[in-house]
Amino acid sequence: MSATAPAIDTMPVRPVRASRFDSTWLLWIAIIAVLLFLVVSPFVYLVITSFQTEGTGEFTFSNYATAYGRARYIDALFNSLKLGAASAALAGVFAVPLAWAVARTNMPGRGLTRMLVLATFITPPYTGAVAWILLAGPNAGWLNRFFMMVTGAEAGPFNIYSFTGLAVVIALYSFPYIFIFTTAALELVSSEMEDAANILGAGPWRTMRKVTLPLALPAILGGLIICFLEAIALFGSPAMIAIPARFNVVTTQLFQFFGNPVRVEVAAAYAMPLLGVTVLLVLVQRLIVRRKGFVALTGKGGERRPILLGHWRWVVFGYAMFVSALAVFLPYIFLIHSAFAKAWGRGFLLDNITIANFRFILFEHATAAQSVINSFVYAGISATIAVFLTLGVAYIVARKLIPFGGVLGFLCVAPFVIPGVVLAIGFYAAYAPPPLALYGTALILILAFTTRFLPVGYVNASAAINSLNPEMEEAVRVLGGSRLTALRRVVAPLLKRNLLGAWLLIFIPATRELSAAIFLYGPNTKVASVMIFDMSEEGNFERLAALALVLQVLTLPLLWLGQKALGRDFMLRRTAT
Amino acid sequence: MSKLVLKNVAKRYGAFEAVANFSLELAKGEFVSLLGPSGCGKTTTLRMIAGFMPPTDGSIEMDGKQISSASGVVPPEHRRMSMIFQSYAIWPNMTVGENVGFGLQVRKLPRAEIDRRVDKILDVVQMRNLKGRYPAELSGGQQQRVALARAIVVEPEVLLLDEPLSNLDANLREEMRFEIRRLHDEFKITTVYVTHDQSEAMVTSDRIVVMNKGKIEQIDAPHVLYGRPKSRFVAGFIGRTNFIEGTLQGNEVRFDGFSASAAAVEGATGGGKLLYSLRPQAVALSAQKPGGAGLSFEAEIVDRSYLGEYWDYQVRPLGGSKPLRVSTAPTAVFEVGSRVWLEIAPSAMVRVE
Repeated sequence: MSATAPAIDTMPVRPVRASRFDSTWLLWIAIIAVLLFLVVSPFVYLVITSFQTEGTGEFTFSNYATAYGRARYIDALFNSLKLGAASAALAGVFAVPLAWAVARTNMPGRGLTRMLVLATFITPPYTGAVAWILLAGPNAGWLNRFFMMVTGAEAGPFNIYSFTGLAVVIALYSFPYIFIFTTAALELVSSEMEDAANILGAGPWRTMRKVTLPLALPAILGGLIICFLEAIALFGSPAMIAIPARFNVVTTQLFQFFGNPVRVEVAAAYAMPLLGVTVLLVLVQRLIVRRKGFVALTGKGGERRPILLGHWRWVVFGYAMFVSALAVFLPYIFLIHSAFAKAWGRGFLLDNITIANFRFILFEHATAAQSVINSFVYAGISATIAVFLTLGVAYIVARKLIPFGGVLGFLCVAPFVIPGVVLAIGFYAAYAPPPLALYGTALILILAFTTRFLPVGYVNASAAINSLNPEMEEAVRVLGGSRLTALRRVVAPLLKRNLLGAWLLIFIPATRELSAAIFLYGPNTKVASVMIFDMSEEGNFERLAALALVLQVLTLPLLWLGQKALGRDFMLRRTAT
Repeated sequence: MSKLVLKNVAKRYGAFEAVANFSLELAKGEFVSLLGPSGCGKTTTLRMIAGFMPPTDGSIEMDGKQISSASGVVPPEHRRMSMIFQSYAIWPNMTVGENVGFGLQVRKLPRAEIDRRVDKILDVVQMRNLKGRYPAELSGGQQQRVALARAIVVEPEVLLLDEPLSNLDANLREEMRFEIRRLHDEFKITTVYVTHDQSEAMVTSDRIVVMNKGKIEQIDAPHVLYGRPKSRFVAGFIGRTNFIEGTLQGNEVRFDGFSASAAAVEGATGGGKLLYSLRPQAVALSAQKPGGAGLSFEAEIVDRSYLGEYWDYQVRPLGGSKPLRVSTAPTAVFEVGSRVWLEIAPSAMVRVE
């Protein structure tokens, strides 16, 4: 026997029950403290503030009286619900046929369609809204001008500044959620399940109606709910479209309560329905998706043969390209045109081309370039904190290192039910006043972004940890390595890719975040999304388009990196949302 | 002195008793299997020996020093044991050489010494030429060999194996059984082997512990377990058998359609039903009445199957109700419906609880 190992006499005997104070408890307390600060405290302050008198802090119901005391405030609430329903329904119309065609049929260009859905997904909704203002603005919008040119009519039929216009624009940039959910479900329906129905005498349509669709339905409903929630929580597109159209939704109304002077107490009271609806619908969504009988997640998926569509495949392909044209082709053509135009309304003329817009935003504008840097720095720090924090929590929960670890996991996913706007009001209520007085600092934006994207981090981290067989670590320990050795030599190297993926899934959306940032930025901490929003208010569409394109172009290498590390569809997977 | 001693070890989860009152002593260099159906507590016992979980009751000692009890455990990394896992747990981020050398690295051996020992053990498992490969490039059998090499190279005090062959296909599984026994004969490491496969346990082990529902049914050498099972469970779990009931009447034990002298069969005492196990191989069939001293009687062939290596007959004693299962050589051919004579050595009738 080798004489290198310690003799048995010197082996440390560890007490089994952690009844006494133990170092793992320190870790638990530290993580709990961080999560309290990031998740619980903003939420608690949001509720408390809604019952406080401005300045004195005395208990009062008057904020609620103010918030719901006018008809137009109530109208805004109902507008949001209507908008959510309309956008979600439209998004379903865009997404479901595409998802079915991509996942189950022999439609040509399935890879291309997936790519275009990804392109839609990484287009911030406010960028899409701006593009659609260029396309469907009354009179000057390109679609109207083409219509008038072709028909000779006096006016075009399209008006983006309307409820319908807003619903369409929101649907166009949220349908990828339904697409992701539905393809994931359809890819689990094996051909054998359909074969079984066929052999018992059901034709293709009956099979689709009785077998395929019911199996995918929970996923479709889940996606619809996510789209609904996305629509009611959105700030950018409604602010750019609804306000000129002279109607309000919850988020724009909240923004007005936040205008000069800031009435955070009323805003907090007014945010409650948005929070309540979100919590409720997320619970409903979980129930639907987790319901028993939902797609056979167990066992082998079996083989999946594409359904042969014959000549219809070109019709389906045509529809996919139509949706892509609305979401990607037309918007980007005219964004690019504007970015390189002296005046976007003058059209495609050679003497209208200039690079002055890019030069302006990158070198001449006082804060535009800085805002892009801010976006990337804040997003980078937030993503890093969120990834390591959630990885730690996921590891503790998965390996049951401490009692009640599940509480930590719950706190990590809880922000999923808090809309960005509401989260921002909570952060303002908790950390803007002394002693911390974080309002307008970079820190408050970084913390808010971290909290917002904790659920994405946690879902990915815990999927990664659960994919690791604990025997990998046990093998290290039985050969004489400590738990730390196992983490350093085995766990960390094996999870490198997953961690990079989780980081990108947080970083990319964090660089575009607007609905929390708009409430928390200060003069020196403007981020790119806020900059774009400001320019849209000034009607400066050429420079705005240039800035929006810069932001998109900067994202491309990250996307490429993610695809290299995790596969082409890394952003379009279920765990990503 | 025994190498490893388990004293009244128990593991409870609330009211559920995963392992109850488990006592076992392993001599130095002994190879013992824990055999039983899934959920019988064998893996739980192994993980308690490894130190991954504390026992609820009882204690575990190695070389006379207590390493596990309800009040404290020596963590796995300080036990100088090795373990081979069901999934092999080969680290995919390290090459074959790095995997095998890991334990030596943790023990802070000099680089040259690590290389020397890794090469030596890779020669033993015939994997030297694949030293620089990553696990993803290896077949299941090769990964298994890496796991074996990684566990043995550190010269552990005790080697633990948790269903190591369950992920291999049938042919490879058979080959690896002999490989494991060969390595044991070469290195003489005290070994505890967990499996649900009786032939695996019989090929590899000096002794087998048969477990059922958390309790030990029997501990014996493989041939004793097969020849003299103590309980109905053991007789049924190890190999195939006939269970036959008899009652003592005077000097005879009466079975279904035949009887035997009470003096000739073991344990023929007391009233009530007596349960016996009779292996299908322990019965001889012949066309004529045999002349031997054993128990013999006439019977009818009810059914038969040909399995290549042997015939499997269902034979009903004349006057009996239930058929017995009998295995014969492939050359012993009897038609269904024909009369045959059965001959049984009375000692082959084993009384079980």
